[in-house]
Amino acid sequence: MKPAPFEYVAPTRLDEAVAALAGSDDAKVLAGGQSLVPLLAMRLATPALLVDLNRIPGLDEVRFEDGTLEMGAMTRERNVEELPGLAARCPMIAEAVALIGHVAIRNRGTVGGSLAHADPAAEWPALLLALDGEVEATGPAGTRTIAARDLFVTYFTTSLAPTEILTRVRLRLPPPGAGSAFAEFSRRHGDFALAGAGAVLALDADGTVADARLALIGVRETAVRAELAEELLRGERPTDEAIRAAAEAVDEALNPVSDVHASAEFRRHLAKVMARRALLAARARARGGGEDG
Amino acid sequence: MVERRRIALRVNGRELVGEAEPRMTLADFLRDELGLTGTHLGCEHGVCGACTILLDGRSVRSCLLLAVQAEGHELTTVEGLEREDGSLHPVQEAFSEAHGLQCGFCTPGFLLSVVELLGRHPDPDEAVIRTWLSGNLCRCTGYQNIVEAVKLAAARLRGTGA
Repeated sequence: MKPAPFEYVAPTRLDEAVAALAGSDDAKVLAGGQSLVPLLAMRLATPALLVDLNRIPGLDEVRFEDGTLEMGAMTRERNVEELPGLAARCPMIAEAVALIGHVAIRNRGTVGGSLAHADPAAEWPALLLALDGEVEATGPAGTRTIAARDLFVTYFTTSLAPTEILTRVRLRLPPPGAGSAFAEFSRRHGDFALAGAGAVLALDADGTVADARLALIGVRETAVRAELAEELLRGERPTDEAIRAAAEAVDEALNPVSDVHASAEFRRHLAKVMARRALLAARARARGGGEDG
Repeated sequence: MVERRRIALRVNGRELVGEAEPRMTLADFLRDELGLTGTHLGCEHGVCGACTILLDGRSVRSCLLLAVQAEGHELTTVEGLEREDGSLHPVQEAFSEAHGLQCGFCTPGFLLSVVELLGRHPDPDEAVIRTWLSGNLCRCTGYQNIVEAVKLAAARLRGTGA
């Protein structure tokens, strides 16, 4: 057996799970397991206790109505992918989720697990940031709400306390008529992205940008909003030149590293290209069709 | 030493019981405790797809589940694909006829992925097939004949091809 020994509990109530976490100083929460189990197998994680959330009923409930997509933390990524009407209402979410691993990974992988794991190249943190989302977390002291901008601290690190369990995720969907898109570049299908971008563009009746959102992955310690790029677009006409300038302006939000997969410079380049592609696709959808103009 | 747990589950239509430490993966449990060695282990960390099985009808990597998590669930492994009379499943037949395998090591994982795919997309185009199978690695075939096998199996299961 590859993992080191650990104790295991699979409570059927959230308060039991919280108590189990609080009762150990070396516990890990098991959600979909698509990141944690490989870490166990490689003994990069050697917790004394695993608290499995998979037996707690109700943690996978999804509410998708009007302006909100609210998901229990244990919602499987495939269940999000299969939500009727989601791809039409917010293509950015549908496109991003389809880029996560492979079907068999998404059949198990959960929304809350991905957010709590906080891989800087993962898609969910970018969606949470771009859509001004928030999460709920329950610990011994009760339940609190954490805004997206306060959740991600650094590589694989969130502001969740070790005794807190992420339980719900709320995304505020763009207004109807807004365009959105997700673009990323990876070496192989299903790999983590070298760089990626999610974009939302809402246009006024006169065609100027009422609101712009741009979130990037794979380019620094956490997913990040490209605020300068968003500022450049708001109130402007989203011409090819304006979008190119905004995509160039993501530079200030980047702090990429060089590794075996890509140099920092290549990631910087890719981030701008992905930002431009996502913005162009979002613009086309906001205009209800045509790619150009 | 951490205590072994009793695990009762349904595999290929049969109620089975086994024991495992919590750290034992479902893949090791299937092979070493239940003797179902048709499920193959390649990378053992969720990359290669060789150990793919169906859990409650959905494809999962059995190396990324713990055996204890399968308690009470329904599993299908490659051993469960053959028909009651011992003949091959149409997807297995198609892989055989279209030469969708060479060494065969990755094949059980491919077969289970294809069973789920064709259950949801009875008439998939090549792009859909390649997307759905992107999580299964094959080092022999170059994938061409695997894709052909899926098309053949799809046609037969729809009852439109021979």
